[in-house]
Amino acid sequence: MNSSLVELLPPLLIVVPILAATLPIALGLWFDRTGWAVAAVTTTGLFAAAASLASVVHADGQVTHALGGYPREYGIELVADQFSMLIALLVTGVATGVLAYTRRGGPRGNTFYTAYLLLVGGLLGISLTGDVFNLFVFLEITSLATYALVAAGDGPESAVAALKYLILGTVAASMYLIGVAFVFMETGTLNMVELAEAIPNADRPLLIRAGFAFIVVGFATKVAQWPLHSWQPSAYQQAPDGATPLIASLVSTASAYAFGRLIVTVFEVDYLAGMSNAAAIVLTVGCVSVLAGTVLAVIQTEVKRMLAYSSVSQFGLVMAAYGVVVAGGSETAFIGAAIHLVGHGILKAGLFLAVAIVATSHGARTVDEYAGLAKRRPVVAGAMAVLLLSLVGVPPAVGFVGKWYIALGAVEAELWPVAAVIFLSTMLTLAYVARLLEKMYFTPTSVVDSPSPSGVATDGGDDSTDPAGTDDGAIETPLAAGVSYDPSGGPGRDGPGRSADPVSTGMVAVVVVAAVVAVALGFAGGAFADFLEPFLTEVFN
Amino acid sequence: MIELLASRYTYVLLFVLLGIGIYMVIASENLVKKLIGVNLFQTAIFLFFVSMAYIDADGASAPIVPHHGEPGEVMVASPLPQVIVLTAIVVGIALTAVGLALIIRIYSEYGTLREDTLREVRADE
Repeated sequence: MNSSLVELLPPLLIVVPILAATLPIALGLWFDRTGWAVAAVTTTGLFAAAASLASVVHADGQVTHALGGYPREYGIELVADQFSMLIALLVTGVATGVLAYTRRGGPRGNTFYTAYLLLVGGLLGISLTGDVFNLFVFLEITSLATYALVAAGDGPESAVAALKYLILGTVAASMYLIGVAFVFMETGTLNMVELAEAIPNADRPLLIRAGFAFIVVGFATKVAQWPLHSWQPSAYQQAPDGATPLIASLVSTASAYAFGRLIVTVFEVDYLAGMSNAAAIVLTVGCVSVLAGTVLAVIQTEVKRMLAYSSVSQFGLVMAAYGVVVAGGSETAFIGAAIHLVGHGILKAGLFLAVAIVATSHGARTVDEYAGLAKRRPVVAGAMAVLLLSLVGVPPAVGFVGKWYIALGAVEAELWPVAAVIFLSTMLTLAYVARLLEKMYFTPTSVVDSPSPSGVATDGGDDSTDPAGTDDGAIETPLAAGVSYDPSGGPGRDGPGRSADPVSTGMVAVVVVAAVVAVALGFAGGAFADFLEPFLTEVFN
Repeated sequence: MIELLASRYTYVLLFVLLGIGIYMVIASENLVKKLIGVNLFQTAIFLFFVSMAYIDADGASAPIVPHHGEPGEVMVASPLPQVIVLTAIVVGIALTAVGLALIIRIYSEYGTLREDTLREVRADE
């Protein structure tokens, strides 16, 4: 491909979704539902652009673009290297996939797709920027879009969740900004490559250390590490079903990516290894989050909330991997962190999509309500089971590969507690996954007292056609097991006029695709390592 | 210590402001006051950036090059932090606007701005 054209791709990847975000609202003045079409065209195009950029990066090494032609000493630079392309591909791929769900299932307003495209633009900005202050701006663009998406949920609870997220997220981003201020004060530059050269030569290392401390706190909140995770479960739970997969799989992933980028490119592993307690703090935060997240997930009754807490533990694993990278200079753990970021993104997108389908068609939201799901929706249940097992880390799925590399790195670095934590968390993950699987596959629909006639449950999707039948619904769903059946949260959202099954083939297909990809990527662990190889040799030498 | 305070008093003031902001976020039960606390917290950081620009050039003027004057003679503060703070201020305004919009929605749904009351109302539902 023409080299000047390739250099245009990084800025286009960021600018196109942000500009396209204005289209749904503008076109909405004349047409009703153009949002989905605009978003679909944009995200598909972005995915193609990201794929072609990734192939160029794979062949020729990193692609840089100096914005406005200013050299990186003065201006902002966009850098596409192997690590950032992995995240860019994940962002564009998941954004395209989730759209397939929202066509029938998700919120349909034009403004929703505006926020959707803004979010995608912000996330791509995080993955491609080479400037620490620019990173802050993109973090905030992403966060603003996420607050809007969370607040788009039904009912006032979503506004409360969004406000909580807004306050904590803003404080976190501000913490990061303080860290940047300290580092800038000492080095006088904001470019990542320039910083990497200036930081080891700093006269006042105390300022750098203070800066790193603030950055750790900021990202620990953004990535939802225990005990700074409290915004995350309610935000994921209250966001609209069509938006949760996008938020859960991408927003924290991009923040975790940014933190990894700062560790390996800006502060550099060698420098951090010499900084007292830096590795220990990152490791401790990660390991504690792994355990706390899984324990909290085990005690949840709501599936969406359970998966949200599971994210706390999975990102704890990534943080722990970063700790291993710093403490042991372990390339393996870094590959593990990268694979786990991508794998977890795909897994969570698929799982939350499956949860959304179940909620739309059956109104089931708690673990108990999932009883007998395998009979009613075998395809969704099967895909969900594959994704859940992958989350536990059953080979050959991608969840295993990431964990394997991280654990291997921990063992190589002789950090036995980390390896033990990974093992323990796998057991605990199995505890909540097995609970859900058992409900789906082995608990008959009529559980407790009333042996309701069989076949009732299969009508779950048709309840929506018959709003008067909600009373029957409440009686006929002993699968609700004491939890009130809320028709408005389920099929009723599509309006009573819709007679067809609210779940389209496309919605199911995207979950199945997620499951297939999760398994297929499991075999691609070596390919990941090969793809990252040039980046790693640059970073670890 | 006294000298340090005398020469770096802006930093002390800014971190006091930072503390007040975060205290408001944590301790105030009123949602609007909480949001103002967040805003104060951010503003302190903005001022930190602005005053940081003067650090290595004590006695420097604002980064405006005078109409006439020899090149290299005028000491100005570094314009870079002051410029990037402009972006951060824009982001902060957007955040405050979104936050206030959310608070309006919460108020219209629950009829309260106080967090403790809100907790009770939500627990009842």
